[in-house]
Amino acid sequence: MSDAVLRQPIRRQKEEGLKGIRDIGLDDAALHAFLSETWKTPKGFSGWLTTVDHKLIGRRYIVTAFLFLILAGLSALVMRFQLASPESGRIGPDLYNQLFTMHGTTMMFLFAVPVMEAFAVYLVPLMIGTRNVAFPRLNAFSYWVYLGGGLMIWIAFACNTGADAGWFDYVPLGGPEYGIGKRSDFWAQMVTFTEVSALAVAVEIIATVFKQRAPGMTLDRIPLYVWAVLVTSFLILFAMPAVMVSSTMLILDRLVGTHFFNQAEGGDPLLWQHLFWFFGHPEVYIIFIPATGFVSSILPTFTRRPVFGYLAIVLSLISIGFLSFGLWVHHMFATGLPQLGSSFFTASSMMIAIPSGIQIFCWIATLWGGRPIFATPLLFVLGFIFTFVIGGLTGVMVASVPLDLQVHDTYFVVAHFHYVLVGGAVFPLIGAVYYWFPKITGRMMSERLGRWSFWLIVIGFNATFFPMHILGLQGMPRRVYTYPLESGWGGMNLFVSLSALVLLAGFAVFFLNVLASLRNGRIAGDNPWNASTLEWATTSPPQPYNFARLPAVTHGEPLWAEGDTLPAIEGLRVDAREVIAGTVADATPQIREPSADNSIWPLLAALAVGATFLASIFTPWAVVWGAIPVAITLIGWFWPKGTPEDEE
Amino acid sequence: MKHRIIADVSHLPTYDFGSGSPMWWGTLSFMTLEGMGFVLAIGSYFYLAYLAPGWPIAAPPPNLWPGTIVLGLLLASVIPNHMASTWARNQDLPKVRLGMVIMSIAGILPLIVRGFEFPGLQLSWDENAYGSILWFLLGLHTVHLITDVGDTIVLTVLMFTRHAHSGKRFSDVSDNAFYWDFVVFSWAVLYLVIYWFPRL
Amino acid sequence: MKPSRSLRFVCTAPVLLVAGCSEWQSALHPYGENARTTLSLILSFAIICTIVWILVMLALAGALLRRRSNAEGLRPPLETDPRRERGFTRMVGSAVAATVLILVGLTIASFFAGKSNAALTGKEMLTVRVTGHQWWWEVRYQDASPSHTIISANEIHVPVGEPVKIELDSGDVIHSFWVPSLAGKRDLIPGRPSEITLLVDKPGVYRGQCAEFCGYQHAHMAITVVAQRPDAFDAWRKAQLADAVPPAGAQQRRGQQVFLSTGCVLCHTIRGTPAGGTSGPDLTHVASRQGLAADTLPMTRGALGAWIADPQSVKPGAKMPRVDLGPDDLNAVVAYVGSLK
Repeated sequence: MSDAVLRQPIRRQKEEGLKGIRDIGLDDAALHAFLSETWKTPKGFSGWLTTVDHKLIGRRYIVTAFLFLILAGLSALVMRFQLASPESGRIGPDLYNQLFTMHGTTMMFLFAVPVMEAFAVYLVPLMIGTRNVAFPRLNAFSYWVYLGGGLMIWIAFACNTGADAGWFDYVPLGGPEYGIGKRSDFWAQMVTFTEVSALAVAVEIIATVFKQRAPGMTLDRIPLYVWAVLVTSFLILFAMPAVMVSSTMLILDRLVGTHFFNQAEGGDPLLWQHLFWFFGHPEVYIIFIPATGFVSSILPTFTRRPVFGYLAIVLSLISIGFLSFGLWVHHMFATGLPQLGSSFFTASSMMIAIPSGIQIFCWIATLWGGRPIFATPLLFVLGFIFTFVIGGLTGVMVASVPLDLQVHDTYFVVAHFHYVLVGGAVFPLIGAVYYWFPKITGRMMSERLGRWSFWLIVIGFNATFFPMHILGLQGMPRRVYTYPLESGWGGMNLFVSLSALVLLAGFAVFFLNVLASLRNGRIAGDNPWNASTLEWATTSPPQPYNFARLPAVTHGEPLWAEGDTLPAIEGLRVDAREVIAGTVADATPQIREPSADNSIWPLLAALAVGATFLASIFTPWAVVWGAIPVAITLIGWFWPKGTPEDEE
Repeated sequence: MKHRIIADVSHLPTYDFGSGSPMWWGTLSFMTLEGMGFVLAIGSYFYLAYLAPGWPIAAPPPNLWPGTIVLGLLLASVIPNHMASTWARNQDLPKVRLGMVIMSIAGILPLIVRGFEFPGLQLSWDENAYGSILWFLLGLHTVHLITDVGDTIVLTVLMFTRHAHSGKRFSDVSDNAFYWDFVVFSWAVLYLVIYWFPRL
Repeated sequence: MKPSRSLRFVCTAPVLLVAGCSEWQSALHPYGENARTTLSLILSFAIICTIVWILVMLALAGALLRRRSNAEGLRPPLETDPRRERGFTRMVGSAVAATVLILVGLTIASFFAGKSNAALTGKEMLTVRVTGHQWWWEVRYQDASPSHTIISANEIHVPVGEPVKIELDSGDVIHSFWVPSLAGKRDLIPGRPSEITLLVDKPGVYRGQCAEFCGYQHAHMAITVVAQRPDAFDAWRKAQLADAVPPAGAQQRRGQQVFLSTGCVLCHTIRGTPAGGTSGPDLTHVASRQGLAADTLPMTRGALGAWIADPQSVKPGAKMPRVDLGPDDLNAVVAYVGSLK
């Protein structure tokens, strides 16, 4: 850029006594040049290890989560291979028990929650018009810790020490007396890794959404997806400590002889269940609520109107959040708790269907009042409504105590939760991939392959899981590595196993579409769908700095309301990383908040923390010795580096 | 995408105190999740007490002295803590340095006494569920105490370096004081559970 | 709240058609009071839920397929028709109100079914104590007089038409007692004894299975409930009280001798012989039972042979070790154990 172009605006800034170089008066080229330099991630390995760019971290989070999805899905296919015929000797009990435990554990802890966090990490700053999350290094740390935990348990599995006591690892089976070797220890510690990771992201999202929204983005202009991940982050804050407490107690019982769950010394196996399910029920809403956010984002774009019932949906999200903490005992109806107490949980479990229903009705109204465009993202939303409502209704069935006492721990429940988790979360997730792929990569995915993947997945899913309702009612329990010939379940199990191959084909087409589109997809442009939210106001893929000038908003659907000229603010530094932090309720700018630069310390801290967690499986002293490198890396992290951001 | 400028934020400061600071919200979020951990651990304590035919199980109630001394030290530290916070808001560096040194000492003292509190519990973690939950509660709080004292000491050292001359640093001191309040408050609650509930 | 029999048939028939009429261990074929009440509840819920789903799908289909004018197609996205929006508000409001009413109705139905099932408790004449182990069920018919206590395994006999209390406890991990054609399940939790009441209305053999994952052989931990007419039950009880049948013939005598001089006695009891081990199932009348190794195998000579020769190949991970017996010893033991009716 020519000096002449720069000198004048910069001189004027200096005359005003402004520190650093601001964006005032700079033309687009100069702006881009400065901001790219300031916000860049260096190329190569070192950049990869030190980046704090939420988009790069979000992308690697998404890819890693999908890799775990594939691992967990393959485990399930092996299970179906074994169950395709009665008394088949293909897989023995030990491997099978590890397989179903690894399948559930990986899906819940290493895929479902992380992928929802990953999308939030990528999308939230773009949707609210800022340049990065509130705590960028914490974000990087969170990814490394998650990766460490996932690798740990899968390497353990590869060494025949995989978790094998179910994804909820009930004691005494998972405890010191009956849980042999280190299997449950790897499980419990993996939980610690992933909970630390999830809690870190939750803290970031809350601070980001509260403080860094575009000026003018009042509470009633926050996109519904952002509301959804905000509510989810609060759920994470309140629910995950429960599983951290319980998994820590389990490790202590197994490692140093505490008696939390040992009834012979005053402990109680049900204490485990209460603590686990206090986490476990909100956990499924942690997975589901962001998916409702996807639906609320996709619908307006493909019906060409705002979502109907914004306020009702926000209030429903918040109610679901609260109510989800009052349901956990419905996982324990068979344990013999008093009838009056159990009835309360029947009522509360039924009640949560109301806010869920409100959302569905509002979405149908949106479709009714709009003009549907049947692109792949909308197809998956329709598949979601079709499938999730079935799951929600079987949920109403299992909320009833006497009904649940027949179907609990049978394939009926397996059917129910797959309907709500796959139908309710994975379908919207795939829709979200098709929707935001153009933004993330700059290329469109193939609509033709999209349709193929849709039909294969929806048909394959229903064919695989619907018969399980019947199998459960016919007496087939969960977690059995085989079943007798006389049961008569062989035919339906074979049908289920074969249908699973259709589902596999659907996912294969989906992944193929992703890979092929990365290379050959049509170039997308900024806003290929003509959508209304801020992430579509910038390039595809976005620049490292997200927006050349931070936008302000005057409406909940900014791009529809403002047309092709967005309101924006100026005055931020372009030679140092800065974002705007404003008030919580109406996003009035308060400070120019410095934003952290790339750093190696999150990785080092994650290594220190990870090594401490891993070693503490083998000796309690690891916590003491491990505290030293953890302390050192944390000090290194927070110690100011003398950069412009630090010295403001 | 074209733009029309509607506001100029160039004269806004780069740091703020209290809820104007994103770090404050981060601190509050951590307090919430850790507080939830305490709540659940305390809940587990009462759950086990409810199930047990007698409580404490096969042990006398914990020795009152160490825990009460820790409580006294922590409650006393609230005053210099708030003074340090006020000095930080006023960006008075010499006073903040003094305040931080006092808070570092105010944190180390209870840690020393805490060392005597563990044996003062009168039984070991592996004797029965009562011993386990007692050590768990005390251990949980001790981890918080150690990390916050560590934080405080590092921040104290920082205030004596060239990096001290930044508004952000004063904001950090203020947030640190906020977190210390949480450590004190959580101990007040735990103290009642650990030392007085078994004596009821 | 029982739908009429014809209604029940109409509803179960399509299910059965798809299911292939498997009655073997099914909640859809109740023979107990508890299971019958629950099946009515299941069917009522299923019908109502299916109707709700159909209505939602019709609304969705309507939304997608309704005729839209050209003007609508050209409308800018932010211009919504206020009259239509008010209509939506009314529709959503009505749908929510209907949802609430349906949920309240279902909750009440559920409560009454639960109450009905609970009403069976308190009137039992007979108590059976079942203790869960990895991976078999210890069965005790307690009596005030110790010599009248029956100790058995994996099979419970009950009189038809009388409520029977099953007391449940666990000797190791959590198990769950579940005989779907008779009643809902109840967990066996160590340190927390609980109970369940069975009221069987027809004589027959009813299979159940452990329904809480309990380790390697959770899949092979079946329980058999045999319901008999009162006189047949009394006869069974009398036969069970007797000591073991003495061996008849040289092979059986040899079998008993081998049994008493190898590892078998460490775990098993055969009343009337010195064998008094208690960590495994009581074998005094083992051959009178329907199944072997918690119904992993049928009670036949061949199955007994396979099981005793190598339990680990039948039920890998089971606590019964392989005892190396020569072929003659093996046949003798099988003959002896097979005679213990």
